[in-house]
Amino acid sequence: MSTGVDSAREGPRIIVLCIGNPQRGDDAAGRAVARALRASPADVEIIEEEGEATRVLARLEGADAAYIVDACVSGATPGEIRRFDVGTGPLPRAAFGASTHGFGLAEALELARALGALPSRCVVYAIEGGTFDIGASMSPTVAAAVDIVAGRLRADILGE
Amino acid sequence: MIVKTIKVDQLARVEGEGALKVVARDGVVQSAELNIFEPPRFFEAFLRDRMYSEAPDITARICGICPVAYQMSAIHAMENALGVVVDGPLRDLRRLLYCGEWIESHTLHIYMLHAPDFLGYAGAIEMARDHADIVRRGLDLKKAGNAIIALLGGREIHPINVRVGGFYRAPRRRELQPLAEELKRARDGALATVRWTAGFDFPDVERDYEFVALRGDGEYPLNQGRIVSSRGLDIAAAEYDEHFEESHVEHSTALHAHIKARGAYLTGPLARYALNAASLSPIAREAAREAGLGSVCANPFRSIIVRAVEVLYACDEALRIIDQYEEPDRPAVDLEPRAGVGFAATEAPRGMLYHRYQLHADGKIADARIVPPTSQNQPSIEEDLKIFATAWLNLPDDALRHRCEQTIRNHDPCISCATHFLRLDVDRGR
Repeated sequence: MSTGVDSAREGPRIIVLCIGNPQRGDDAAGRAVARALRASPADVEIIEEEGEATRVLARLEGADAAYIVDACVSGATPGEIRRFDVGTGPLPRAAFGASTHGFGLAEALELARALGALPSRCVVYAIEGGTFDIGASMSPTVAAAVDIVAGRLRADILGE
Repeated sequence: MIVKTIKVDQLARVEGEGALKVVARDGVVQSAELNIFEPPRFFEAFLRDRMYSEAPDITARICGICPVAYQMSAIHAMENALGVVVDGPLRDLRRLLYCGEWIESHTLHIYMLHAPDFLGYAGAIEMARDHADIVRRGLDLKKAGNAIIALLGGREIHPINVRVGGFYRAPRRRELQPLAEELKRARDGALATVRWTAGFDFPDVERDYEFVALRGDGEYPLNQGRIVSSRGLDIAAAEYDEHFEESHVEHSTALHAHIKARGAYLTGPLARYALNAASLSPIAREAAREAGLGSVCANPFRSIIVRAVEVLYACDEALRIIDQYEEPDRPAVDLEPRAGVGFAATEAPRGMLYHRYQLHADGKIADARIVPPTSQNQPSIEEDLKIFATAWLNLPDDALRHRCEQTIRNHDPCISCATHFLRLDVDRGR
């Protein structure tokens, strides 16, 4: 799902990969960031994915810079935001290791690294989730974090 | 009595949590209980009072890996209830779509989940560090499956272009040509995959399964066929409930399906192959022969080879359909709602999938029943574990857990995913 921006532009190809399941409580965080960013006039591709690793891997292909947003579970307070520079080291797999199919973002990025396909700039924003129940809505603290992450991404990408 | 517990933390975005309890006495496994959370159960209630036409889009959400199987089973069951048979190019297009799903799902299972077990790696990442070209081949092969689904389904996951009666839009012949080029490359990759997996080192074990699969009229089964078994069952999908039953077991939220007359049975690649090998295309049949599969393969560890043969067949069959495709006059046939009951079974990559719907006269769903492969295979998987684990009881818990996970991964990508979170309780009675 791209914003449909002009693919013939000459600058580096920047993608924002927003991962999550909109129907599972705080797991919707990444997808909510995508919606918040679509209102911005950024010259980037905003992509939504549910998190299956080989699909994430395919999305990274040919990107010069990738910003990735995903919910995580690490035992921190729900709504806590962390930023990882994947270029300098792997994600903690304990927090990102599982997608719906047990093979998730951390694996996708490490697989990309092993195959020499990791974008030269790769940053992950993690939003700690509290509830992942089917059909639940996103909790208010996570919703607030979504707005903060969207703002930080604009700053990262546009220098706003 | 000592009960040892090894716990793997539960992680984000988990649809399933698996737990396995093994009880052994005097060095012999008495029971192996696999507890799997079963998401599809929610959908049967969710479908009630929805229009029949909404079922394909709703059921697609049951699985991100095999949405086509759920859509196609729902569509065929609805058409059965409405008294419509979709044939000709539209039937071929559905078969093509299903080929895409087999390629995608089987390849994911083979390369990302299962092969590392045989090559001694903790996972696909570790394998990729040593075998980047092989992993790239797997990813390319999977992309060919994605490309079919994207073209016919309108997008790569949870396709939106299919409907009861046909499609919203049928592709033009020329649109399929670039796909054919990609599929020719994929067919080469699939043949290489059969040869690669055939070279793995397999435990020398066999099981006396009752295999259950569809049998098409001279074609390897995907969307249609009678339900047959290796012990003489031969029924229409409408008779499923007369011969199969689901029961609750205390240790699992998933229902367990049994053949009423006999008990556990196995669906999936081993069953399809055992009951339909003669209907494979020549290239797939020859690859299976070269891989040493014989006419029946009852070693569950060798299911990875059978999956690879099915990927090869799906690439070949997709190319055949594209080659012979004639654009239909209309993308769908006309339908009129009516009261009735409809049944269908299709072959999801991991096994037979049965749907039954009862419709009100206005087309609203009165009742839905979905029996996924997971619940059908679970009793056989437990029997595998019970039989095989006795030989492994002296292993340390980590090694024992790995062998048990591998035994589960032989059968079902969704269960194998759940077992990434496998909690293993071993009660050795000492």
